[in-house]
This record gives sequence, C-alpha cells and structure tokens, in this order.
Amino acid sequence: MSMKTMSMTILTVDDSRTMRDMLNLALSEAGYQVVQATDGAHGLEVLRAEKPDIVITDINMPRLDGFGFIEAVRQDPVFRRIPILVLTTESAPDKKERARQAGATGWIVKPFNAEKLVSVVRRVAA
Amino acid sequence: MDPMETIRQTFFQECEEQLNETETGLLALEIGEADSETVNAVFRAVHSIKGGAGAFKYERLVRFAHVFETALDGLRNGALEASPAVMKTMLRSADLLADLVREARGDATVEDERLETLRGALAGLAEAPSEPATQEADAFAFQPLTLCLDDLGPPAPGWRIFFRPTADLYRRGNEPARILRELAELGDLDVACDASALPLLDAFDPGGAYLAWTIDLTTSAPRERVEEAFDFVVDDCDLRIAPLAAAPESETPESETPEAETQNADPFAFTPLSIDLPAIDAPPAPEASARAPARKPEISRTEAPVSQTIRVDLERVDRLANLVGELVINQAMLSQSIVEAGLPRASKAFDDLSALEQLTREIQDGIMAIRAQPVKPLFQRMTRIVREVADATGKMVRLKTEGEATEVDRTVFEKLADPLTHLVRNAVDHGLETPGDRAAAGKPEHGEVRLSAAHRSGRIVIDVSDDGKGIDRARVKAKAIEQDLIAPDAQLSNAEIDNLLFLPGFSTAAAVSDISGRGVGMDVVKSSIQSLGGRISVSSRPGLGATFSLSLPLTLAVLDGMVVKVADQTLVTPLTTIVETLRPKAKDVHRLGVDQRVLADRGAFVPLIDIGREMGFRFTPADPQSGVVIIVEGDGGARCALMVDSILDQRQVVIKSLETNYQQVQGVAAATILGDGRVALILDVDRFVAGAAACSQPPLAAVS
Repeated sequence: MSMKTMSMTILTVDDSRTMRDMLNLALSEAGYQVVQATDGAHGLEVLRAEKPDIVITDINMPRLDGFGFIEAVRQDPVFRRIPILVLTTESAPDKKERARQAGATGWIVKPFNAEKLVSVVRRVAA
Repeated sequence: MDPMETIRQTFFQECEEQLNETETGLLALEIGEADSETVNAVFRAVHSIKGGAGAFKYERLVRFAHVFETALDGLRNGALEASPAVMKTMLRSADLLADLVREARGDATVEDERLETLRGALAGLAEAPSEPATQEADAFAFQPLTLCLDDLGPPAPGWRIFFRPTADLYRRGNEPARILRELAELGDLDVACDASALPLLDAFDPGGAYLAWTIDLTTSAPRERVEEAFDFVVDDCDLRIAPLAAAPESETPESETPEAETQNADPFAFTPLSIDLPAIDAPPAPEASARAPARKPEISRTEAPVSQTIRVDLERVDRLANLVGELVINQAMLSQSIVEAGLPRASKAFDDLSALEQLTREIQDGIMAIRAQPVKPLFQRMTRIVREVADATGKMVRLKTEGEATEVDRTVFEKLADPLTHLVRNAVDHGLETPGDRAAAGKPEHGEVRLSAAHRSGRIVIDVSDDGKGIDRARVKAKAIEQDLIAPDAQLSNAEIDNLLFLPGFSTAAAVSDISGRGVGMDVVKSSIQSLGGRISVSSRPGLGATFSLSLPLTLAVLDGMVVKVADQTLVTPLTTIVETLRPKAKDVHRLGVDQRVLADRGAFVPLIDIGREMGFRFTPADPQSGVVIIVEGDGGARCALMVDSILDQRQVVIKSLETNYQQVQGVAAATILGDGRVALILDVDRFVAGAAACSQPPLAAVS
C-alpha cells in the first residue's frame, strides 16, 4: 500500500496559497506526490502535463471556477474517469449538486483536518 | 518551524493581500468603476479568508466572514444593489474583517458590540434566507447522518448491502471496487456480483452501468460507517442497507424490508461471482510505480508557472544587504591598498578593480530591487483611516492617490505607516472643514485629501495634502505663546509659524479629540521621519489647504557620494544633491552683512557656506578661491554653495547611522567607513540649505 501511495500524484487546484499549502502538507505527509495549480485554467494545464491520479479542486476561483474546471476535465477522454474531489465550505446542497452535475466524484468539507482529508482521498484513490 | 505555523504565517500574509483586494474592489464598486469581475474577486477574497480562518479555527473571523460573504453574494448575483448606503456598510465590514484578522493574529481585539452591529447590518442587507445563525450551522456542521431508528436494537452481526450503480456513478469518477475496498476495511465481505444486465457486446455501452452487487458485511461497525462508504454515490445508485440476520448461515432475507426483498430476489437467483478484492487493488500498482520516476522532473517544470515569485525570509535579504555593504567597504579598502602599493593607474589591477566595482554595484542594485516595494498597500491602508476619521467627524472626504507604483525600500515602507497615518488623520480632522463650512466657503462639500508619491533625485517624496482651510497661523502662534514655546513678542515668518507645529508639546486642539489627539504630536512624526534619514516640511495656503511633504532616502544602506576634504577632515556629500562643482572667481563672491557671503552663479546668488567653520573644524574663514565650491540643491529646490578644500573621490559609501552608534549631530546625516578604515561623516545637505535660506532670506531678496 505504501509503495502505491508513494507513487500516486494528486493535483490540487486552489487560488488560496494557504489552502494549497495545507493540502500539500497533509497529502505529502501521507506519502502522496502533490502538484498544484492556482485556478481552473491553470489546473487544466497542469493536469495535462502531470497526468495526476486524483484531483482536488476549489470552487471559487478566478479565470475558470471549479465547476467549469470539472466539466472541462470530464470532457477530456483521458481524464473522464479521474476522481475529482471538490473542496467546499458550503455543504449547502445546491453547491454540492452543481459540482456533482459537473462531474465531481466527491467532496471535502472545509475546514478539514489532515486525517479526514487523507481518508477521503483514500476512498477515491485507485 | 512547525509546518502548520508556517502555513499560519502564509495565511496572514494572504489575508493582507485579500483584504487589500477586498478594499480596492469595494472602492471601485462604490464609485461605479467596477466590472463584473470586481465583485467576484471581492467575494473570492472574503471567501478565501473564511476558508483559511476555518482551518485555524478563528471562529469569530469565520462567522463574520461568512455573513459578509453572504451579503457580497447578494451583490454578486444582483439581489443587492451597490447603493451608497450598501457600499458604506460593505466598506465598514471590510474594515472590521481586517480588524478580526488582526485579532486572530493577536494584534488587536474587536469589541463585540461593533461586531454585532455590523453583523446585524450585513444580515439585514442579505436576503431573508441568509439568516446568519442558520447559515453558519449549515456551513460548518458536519455532514448530517441519517439515523435509522429501527437499528437501535441489539447490534447486528453485520449488514447486507444491495448496491446497483447508475451510469452517473461512473461518469463522476466513482468506482464500485473502491467502495467494496472501503467496506472491506470494516469487516469480512461476502460479495455477490449480478452481471445479468450485461448486454451482448454489440449493445454494450462503455459508459453504461450493468452490474449490481449484494454484499454481506460482517462487522460491528454501525450503519453510519457503512453509509459513509457510499457518501459520494448515494444519489447515483440504488442502495439498500439492512442488518444481517443474526445467523450468518441464513440466506433468507427475512429480516429485510419487503421492498428490499423484492430488490434482492434477483441477485440471489444467479450464481454469485466472488470478487477477489486484493486483485482489484493490485493491477494499477506496477503501472503507477513505473510512471513515478519519470514524473519527478516534470513536477518542478510545471510548478514554475505556479509561482513566478518566491517568498524569502526578510532576514535573509537583510543579511545579504549587509554583506554587500561590507563588500563595498572591503572593495574600497582593496582599492586603497592597490593605490598604496604604487601600482600604475594603467595596470591590470585597476581594470580588475573597476570591474569589481561594477559588479558590486549591480549586486547592490539587485538587492535594493528585492527590497523595494510599491507604496500602494500603504496608500490603501490610508483609505480606511480617511473613512474612519470622516465618519467620526461627520466630514465628507475623498482620498485621491498618485504614484502608487512608486517603490520604496521595505524598511522605509514599514516605518512610514505610522507617520503617514498620523498625517492623514490630521488632514481630515484638522485640515478639512465640515460640509457646512465648506459650502459656506463656496467649496464642494466633499473635501479632498491627496496622497502622492514620487521619486525625486534619489529620494522618495510623499505629499499629504488637503483642500481644507489651511493652517490657522494666528491660532498656532497664540497657542505656541500660551504653551511657552515661543516668546510673546517673537517675530515669525509664515513659514516659521507653520513649523511651530513640529515643536515638541505643541497642540492646537482645544480639546484632545478622539482622533488626532492620541498623545502623538507632529514632533513625533517629525522625529520618526528624521530617524529614517528623511525630512518633513509643511506649506499652507489659508483657505486653500495645507501640504505636508515627506522626503526620504530610497535606501537606508548605501549612497553615492563625493568624498571631500575640509580642514583635514574627510566628509561625504551625497551625489544626488550636487548640481555642480566649481572654482569660484573673486568677482563672483560677494559679502553680505558681517559674516555672510554669496556666490553669483549663473545669474543668481546662492549663499556660500564655509563647511569648515559651520562644522566647527576651524574658526578662521576660508578663502573661497583656495578651495572648491560644491553647489548643492535641497529638497525644496533651494541651492547653496558649500566651500570645501578639495575633492578626493567619488564613490559608493555604506551608510552607518550616527544616531544608533553615537548621537544625532546637526549638519550630519550619517557616517560611513572609508577604504582606509577611517570614519567619514556624510553631510546633511538639506540642513545647510535650509539654514542658509533662513538666515539670509531677507537680504537675498533685496539683492536679487
């Protein structure tokens, strides 16, 4: 298991440096490789360059928001089935539903702790 | 450092940026210069602060950011109009948010009353469903879990789960195998897969969903744990969970609900396919690990666009700046040694030395550029001060800023905040009139405070001006007499009266007001500016307003200077102040009164100052023709001519504060260490220019 998580790469897409740092800390401590992007448009670039195993994305971002990002990822045949987790402070059903409609696999409710985050990631990890 | 602590620092740094973004955006919205992206950006900024604050459990910050965000959302989706009243509340909220960030950092406390008032105001703006209490509960509560009351009996030996994914489950990147794996962590699984719905190959849709599973999970885990595994897919599948019958052998679905019974009737009619869970897990592994080594270099490549900037601990930059300072001194020593070694000027050593000099200078410039930052954030901070003071005094004020991109050394930047705040506060509180008074004086009701920054001959000049009533000179003078600062019969020029403001202990406020009278007088502003190697001056036009000008060195580290000799002392004149150097002719030097001389220079007379006497190096006046005269220009553009014995060199010198190492000396701005290890004083040119202007103004006016 550990060999496998070591080699797994997670793309985090968030415009907040704080949040990127927190995700990076928690995920790399759990043995994942982390690549980062600052918004949806950047996320698509990094996605194609890095071919990550899992994507974690924020919703509210400049240039291309989380919904648009997820839709674009799902339209790409290569990433049609990649697990995408949405970071959300709103556990409000409409936000979650919109993310689901766009093609999100699951969600992480902020604030999260490292343990919870990793357990959610493991749930969707291949 | 603890990584979490580092992130906390990042959070606060980011908060500052986001607060700026918020304020800038709101101000743009207020004056109608916003585009659709502006309000989105503001929303995101507040949202980000909330997100980060949540992670660090700053509850008050989170709660307020949430209400604020809700109101902003109204603005964003058009439910709320950006009316002046709304924008006022928004801007105040931005201020409060900034204070709550400070509170979280431990730098301030926010009164509950203020918090509650604004929260109420914001909640009032936001529409009815956004009632704060319920909103909070929504956002921060954990996932609600459905409790099934009929499970409350004796714990079941496990659960029977029927699970039939829809095509959407796959479309969203979920995988039944992963769910089975998660269930396997809870206990022993007995899985039956129903593949009966699989069509023939020609009818097979790769995006379709054809399988269903019946899972017997032997576990002591409660139903919620089982449901958790299906958290992401409940809406994309047919899911039924029922307690396993006490006897695991019993395959009959007696304990199941009638509905489940019918659902499960089918799966049991077929031969169960057993699924080997580790096998599901295994295949991706070799592929993934094979890809891994190739990926590492890619990471650094794609991370580059993420951050075109790096964050460096300020201490490291300071250390580097200090080292370059030492390097400059060292290089001066080296050049001294080469001279002393008697090498010919044309030798290679001199060439190499000048190359070294060039490199040192470039490093120096590079480091200064790292430390430089635009004054914009500082100016932005002032918008809030203006707003607060305007509110407190009932005045209407517009703040105009100019030259926000002007860069200043970080040290200067930080130390500028307090004096600037004070000046801006004063401008609104003391400078501007009330709307009524302004109307009576035929001025627009909105007063204007103008902040401008510019680079001028190697210094940064910041002006704080207002279009208020100007300095009430009669009152200032009366106050100064009353406070025993000047003699009752003193004859003072307008400029001298204006400068009384900077005397320690001076205050015109009849009653110490809440705003300006915080026990900090203009004298404190003046000395803090002076400690930065800067100067402050004031000019006022009655009825039209006053301007306070700050002039500061761009850097606190090095300056280009002309090294001169006066009465066996070595002095440095900052190069930026020098207009020209010349050998005066006898006919150009004129006596003025008993002790003063002026020099005719390009059709004007400039006061001639004997540095040797002024500094107390000698008592007999020097003969102007025996030495060299350096024409210098002060901040205000006034000139004077400094008499020195000879010019030795022109070089970069490292500024060493005389105040911190010794004490302040009139006429001396700082000190430096020369190549031979000796200390040389750096002349405070402005002091000489100002001094000359003060004592020779009336006669000069007569001459010219």
